[in-house]
Amino acid sequence: MVIHIKDLNKTYQGAQPLHVLKGINLDIERGEFVSIMGASGSGKSTLLNILGILDNYDTGEYRLGGELIWNLSERRAAEYRNRMIGFVFQSFNLISFKTAVENVELPLYYQGVGRRERRRRAMDYLDRLGLAAWATHYPGEMSGGQRQRVAIARALITRPELILADEPTGALDSKTSVEVMQLLKELNEQQGMTIVVVTHESGVANETNRIVHIRDGVIGLIEDNHDHHASPFGAGGLMK
Amino acid sequence: MRDIFTEIWATARRNKLRTALTGFSVAWGIFMLIFLLGAGNGLINAQMQSTDRYLASSMVAFGGRTSKPYSGLGSGRGISLREQDMATTDSVFAGVVGDVGAVYDHGGVTLSAGANYMAGQTLSGVYPVDRDINKTEVVEGRFINDIDMRERRKVAVISEDQARELWPHGGSPVGKYVKADGLMWRVVGVYRGDGMMKASDVYCPHATVCAIYSTDSRVGNIEFTFDGLETEQQNNDFEADYRAKLNLNHSAAPDDDNAVWLWNRFMDNIQMARGMGILRTALWVVGLLTLLSGVVGVSNIMLITVRERTREFGIRKAIGARPWSILRLIIIESVVMTTLFGYVGMLCGIAANEYMNATIGRTEVDTGLFKATMFVNPTVGVDVCIEATLVMVLAGTLAGLVPARRAARVRPIEALKEN
Repeated sequence: MVIHIKDLNKTYQGAQPLHVLKGINLDIERGEFVSIMGASGSGKSTLLNILGILDNYDTGEYRLGGELIWNLSERRAAEYRNRMIGFVFQSFNLISFKTAVENVELPLYYQGVGRRERRRRAMDYLDRLGLAAWATHYPGEMSGGQRQRVAIARALITRPELILADEPTGALDSKTSVEVMQLLKELNEQQGMTIVVVTHESGVANETNRIVHIRDGVIGLIEDNHDHHASPFGAGGLMK
Repeated sequence: MRDIFTEIWATARRNKLRTALTGFSVAWGIFMLIFLLGAGNGLINAQMQSTDRYLASSMVAFGGRTSKPYSGLGSGRGISLREQDMATTDSVFAGVVGDVGAVYDHGGVTLSAGANYMAGQTLSGVYPVDRDINKTEVVEGRFINDIDMRERRKVAVISEDQARELWPHGGSPVGKYVKADGLMWRVVGVYRGDGMMKASDVYCPHATVCAIYSTDSRVGNIEFTFDGLETEQQNNDFEADYRAKLNLNHSAAPDDDNAVWLWNRFMDNIQMARGMGILRTALWVVGLLTLLSGVVGVSNIMLITVRERTREFGIRKAIGARPWSILRLIIIESVVMTTLFGYVGMLCGIAANEYMNATIGRTEVDTGLFKATMFVNPTVGVDVCIEATLVMVLAGTLAGLVPARRAARVRPIEALKEN
């Protein structure tokens, strides 16, 4: 089991405390391709932040790859993020003054991998994603789809337990969105990568094998979705 | 390490103007520091050179004029030092005083050799110890010695200038005779003049000069070396004691400071060293304060940079950067920037010092009476450069500290919020 969440609660303290996650229970097995769906304000971003060890929770239990994630020091949290999680963001979040290959290398730099080895592995991943020719280009010189593929290469390079994708197609046009989802799907099918996608677009969710609906801080419905063509959103790769 | 430098290079390149302006303020700070210290050293060296002309542990006593009445005698009496005073110096203060000598000057003498002559020269009757006390450099022949004194020989040590004037065709003057006020003196040595008053002296045995010109056992000025006066207190005590004894020889009040004048070179040196120390400290303070404004500039710029790069630090942290690696990145960036530009400033400062050395360092102020160099070697040593480098690294760390802490505290979720 990659993710085990039991009775998770999270409240944002403030003038008016906001109870965003109200007892979440969720298990995700190795090799699953899951989407978490919900409207804005449903708590899905908070859940994603907790899954990504970017935020703490108040009560309950969260295990990532069997390790209890609770009350970690910044240093430990950084290490876990580095080794276990690959992030794919909506706005790519590449570092603008670094070339594609340098961006991909970065997680390995923080692992202390040597320069040559880093470069070799980063080139390898860029090559797999068909971006070898763009290795020395800066993000500003690439299209959205290319940038997202660089970001995916960066997420993959540490061979994480889990890929967390936050609205991965949010900034892409429909054609590129289809390509990116296709890529994630292939990663899941061919390499058995566990992928969790957070989205509010049902077309995107429809590409995944399990859809977790979250509403008002509780999980409403978990549906299995093995027939990706059943839904009209998936037809012809039209997601938007 | 190489990666860090690549990153720093990347950020510096992205903000050329900002980097240049920050760099300038640091470079200027270090430049001022080095330049000021160099100029200060020039002054200090010049002073040192002039104090170095005399033996540090030596003292000269001059006869003065009484300033207060004592034992029935009025004030305003002229005092001339006599043989009795030399005896007092030698015997009463034997524990401290080393060699005792005296200088009896007989001025207004015209020197001549054949058809060549020089007016307005001074016959200076000295003891052999004068050579050590006034650091006279003999370039040819010898100085006055004990046998000259004992036998009251009419021998003379002349200056290079005098030798040139009297024997313009060259050749060694040693062994030749020079005529002074009708008396013939045999030249036994030539000393190096300093272009100052000293060059018009003709050194002769004190005993001879006194026998010819002195009346009433006057000896001129007494000069002596001393030993074992290490502190200011000891020097002051000795001076007071010595003055009291000499004053009594002349029935002057023991505490009359004007009856006998004392010139203590050792005290001169102590005071000089103190003054130089203060000057040096003052220059460091001014230089460091100038540098401080540069450091504040760097810190300020770094704060802005960190703010601009919040998102980047968020990304870095999300993909596994520990707070320490962010902290280190910013501090090293700050140190590299300060040191690099500081080094440029240092080189400019050294260049300016060398330029100063080559121009005003060579010029002498000619007052007519004497020549003096205002600046001698106005440069800084390797030690100051190393100190300045340490200062730069320290300053860079200080400048980077606050921004770095801020950067390390960036929370990835805040930074990654879509905006």
